[in-house]
Amino acid sequence: MHTIATTHDEGKGQYFWVWGVLLLLTAVEVVLAYRQVFQPVAMLEALMVLSIIKSAMIIGYFMHLKYEIAAMKWVMMVAVCACLCLMCVFFADAARILQLGVK
Amino acid sequence: MHEVAVQHGVGEVYEPSLFGTYSKKIGMWLFLLSDTLTFGALLFAYSYGRISNPDWPTPFGKESIQNATVMTGCLLSSSLTMVLGVLAARRGDRSWTRNWILFTMLFGSAFVVLHGMEWSKLIAEGMTPFKNPWAATVPQFGGTFFTLTGMHMLHVTIGVIYLGVVSLRKAFLPILLAIWAIVWFATPADNVFHIGVHVLLVGLVVAAVILILKPKVYDAHDVEIAGLYWHFVDLVWMFIFPLVYLMSTRVK
Repeated sequence: MHTIATTHDEGKGQYFWVWGVLLLLTAVEVVLAYRQVFQPVAMLEALMVLSIIKSAMIIGYFMHLKYEIAAMKWVMMVAVCACLCLMCVFFADAARILQLGVK
Repeated sequence: MHEVAVQHGVGEVYEPSLFGTYSKKIGMWLFLLSDTLTFGALLFAYSYGRISNPDWPTPFGKESIQNATVMTGCLLSSSLTMVLGVLAARRGDRSWTRNWILFTMLFGSAFVVLHGMEWSKLIAEGMTPFKNPWAATVPQFGGTFFTLTGMHMLHVTIGVIYLGVVSLRKAFLPILLAIWAIVWFATPADNVFHIGVHVLLVGLVVAAVILILKPKVYDAHDVEIAGLYWHFVDLVWMFIFPLVYLMSTRVK
């Protein structure tokens, strides 16, 4: 019989801490965007970095992936990240339309 | 004799779980990964249009950004209450499991109501899936906006129903029916909520079929799996909020 690990040591405190950081990062995003701190491209980069940090915290702590075994973390995250990165290939065409027009 | 024969060697018949956890959780993770690609495709489609159109409208003023920020706060808070519900379920505390899940449903419902109000405002300003009053040369803004945010709102609504089934079981069915009837009769025919509330009716039928055909007491594993779905809905919004709202902010 194999052992299935379904529990791990954790406290409520860390979830409140993560929640506070997520709210703080959201507030930073809103201030950056509403005050137009950066130009559009730099703004997009800044917002995406903050969003990726927030999503990593949600996946790691709230969805408990941090506590799963390494195989589960790597197989799932590498697969989905690779697929999402492949979708970026279309952005080259979007930029082409912007610079050359629809031809 | 028969029972002994059935139980003999069961441990050797099945291979160990691939990821060292129970299969329902792996099933939910795989579904969420596939749903990630669905939302990824919608977000990339929106971004493609955004990049290739320099006249992309920026209709979200101070009021819309404040509204969307409160919506984000609701979803983040709902994730906190959900994870506290999962902890309570692991402790075997049924009462607090139900209470935390009900708080999560409350935050989720607030999100849907606020989002519906935002939709109503945009529609009142003349935005449809095929045109918008801010940029006549970018008709796809409405289509991509409503598809992306509508898909997310649908997921949030399904999540609230899912949590209602897990926490209240059959007692949730009359509540759902009452909410559907009240919203349907209390709103005018051209209102967003009057049309959208029928999602609850479809959810009611599906939930009733599940609860009647397979009645069970949902355990800590079921609560954790429902939590995974809920956190995913929160996660997707963390990308919709900056890409759709914050990158289209109108500063006067």
